[in-house]
Amino acid sequence: MIEAEALTKRYGNTIAVDQLSFQVLPGQVTGFLGPNGSGKSTTMRMIVGLDSPDSGRVRVKGKRYRDLAWPLREVGALLEARAIHPGRSSANHLLALARANRIPAERVDEVLELVGLSAVARRRAGKLSLGMGQRLGIAAALLGDPGVLLFDEPVNGLDPDGIRWARNLLRSLAAEGRTVFVSSHLMSEMALTADHVIVVGRGRLMADLPIGELTARSLGFVRVKSPAPGALGDRLSAMGGVVSKVAGGALEVRGIRAEQVGEVAAELGVVLHELSPMEASLEEAYLELTGEAVEYRGGAGRGPDAADPTSVAQADVTAGEGARDG
Amino acid sequence: MDSPAGRYGLPDAIRSEWTKLSTVRSTAWTLLVTVVAAVGLGALVSWVQATHYANNGFIDRATFDPTRVSLSGLLFAQLAVGVLGVLVMSAEYGTGTIRATLSAMPRRVEVLWAKALVFGSLILVVGEILSLAAFFLGQSILSSRAPHATLGDPGALRAVLGAGCYLTALGLLALGLATVVRHTAGGISAFVGVLFVLPVISDALPSSVSVHVNKFLPADIGVSMLSTQPTGTAFPPWGGFTLLCGYAAVALVVGTVLLRRRDA
Repeated sequence: MIEAEALTKRYGNTIAVDQLSFQVLPGQVTGFLGPNGSGKSTTMRMIVGLDSPDSGRVRVKGKRYRDLAWPLREVGALLEARAIHPGRSSANHLLALARANRIPAERVDEVLELVGLSAVARRRAGKLSLGMGQRLGIAAALLGDPGVLLFDEPVNGLDPDGIRWARNLLRSLAAEGRTVFVSSHLMSEMALTADHVIVVGRGRLMADLPIGELTARSLGFVRVKSPAPGALGDRLSAMGGVVSKVAGGALEVRGIRAEQVGEVAAELGVVLHELSPMEASLEEAYLELTGEAVEYRGGAGRGPDAADPTSVAQADVTAGEGARDG
Repeated sequence: MDSPAGRYGLPDAIRSEWTKLSTVRSTAWTLLVTVVAAVGLGALVSWVQATHYANNGFIDRATFDPTRVSLSGLLFAQLAVGVLGVLVMSAEYGTGTIRATLSAMPRRVEVLWAKALVFGSLILVVGEILSLAAFFLGQSILSSRAPHATLGDPGALRAVLGAGCYLTALGLLALGLATVVRHTAGGISAFVGVLFVLPVISDALPSSVSVHVNKFLPADIGVSMLSTQPTGTAFPPWGGFTLLCGYAAVALVVGTVLLRRRDA
């Protein structure tokens, strides 16, 4: 159980986390979703006491992190990949952490086995690939067999097999009754892993809801083609729908379901040439939620690529550089 | 997994820090440099002194301090000790392991105390062994052609044991500086600046001023501690050592305050 209350963090004039309140409950995977730079990592660092909030507070199992008796036995965190001394072996890296919280040395071999690093455990960590580094970070989080787990972008650098493995691991940890809090900037990843999502943009809470509701909330529309669009459009508007005319004489109707549009058409005796419900993808739903909150917009606005959050991230870099050059 | 009673504390932090220190190659390398510098350079200086002693003038003979000659390699070894002291903290920031360390041990003061105790004890033991080794090797080289000392001579034992204490205090000063700076290059620069650059700047001042400045500098304190005879205007050996410990304490206290206050 993690509880944040009005958590706020500023870096100079930038507000990284803004009055963020949420709860992360045990027994499910909670996704922490937001574009790059939306304050996810800062929030996670505040949960484990690495950064201190300017105001507000966060409690883990009802306590301040620094008041936990055996922190690694209560909270495990993967905060950044490859935060390892390149000259120390994976096993010794974990052993130093284990000793800090009196975790038996055998547990080091157990978690290395669990993440599939036993074969390279004695090798210097500097030789590990990005994916192996990520697995070592996951091993460190699991070291103390904690009831609360935080993972900041855990699938970064993992290959498809690794991603599937990590997903199953997160789900099984939650199924064991643990609190699992996973950040990602990829909606598609969260859709496969999370039961519940907390969506942030520019450090503010955008949504806090079960993943199914986010999907349902997706802002789809109904595409209608008719030789007599005027009468139909007027009626649908009168019913509270948002109707817009698009090229080719079609109507896009929002707020009214396709079945109802069909019924209205039948009632009016209007001929329909097309009646198609258009589902917005999860990605679109997510962008809809966070779109206003992306720090820098790419100059071209939302082209077809903008549906892919990674391209938003790239646009954000370019726009940021442009701003500095100007 | 059942948790033990109580909560983690300094003994756990010490075990963790010892594991970290003993599992990286940089520790072994810097200690090797320390050994080579302390014993090897000490032997070399002793040999040069022995072979040239016959040509020395009256003043050189009158001020000849065989103990100090044999320990002169330690004045080079102190650089390696300082680098290791910096690395004990700065490597954590350079590699990002500080986040894991502070997640495991969120009461941060204990982390710095554990580092100081582990590293300080290591340097004290290594330093004393090295200064004894350098002393005996140096005296055996000097004994052929120049005056030489035994541990029973006035000030000799104090200088030999003082050398290990000096290295330890200097190493802790380096650790404190690195905790403040949180950066390897910055920490080493600060350490080298204090130890080697400040004396050069001080010497640019009029000598009437610099004699009063120099005695406060760690370099002069070190020379005073490694000598059996009073050196110029320097503080007496243990007086200087107390001052050096004060510097180390100030650096560690400032480091502690910043470590607690700053985001990691």
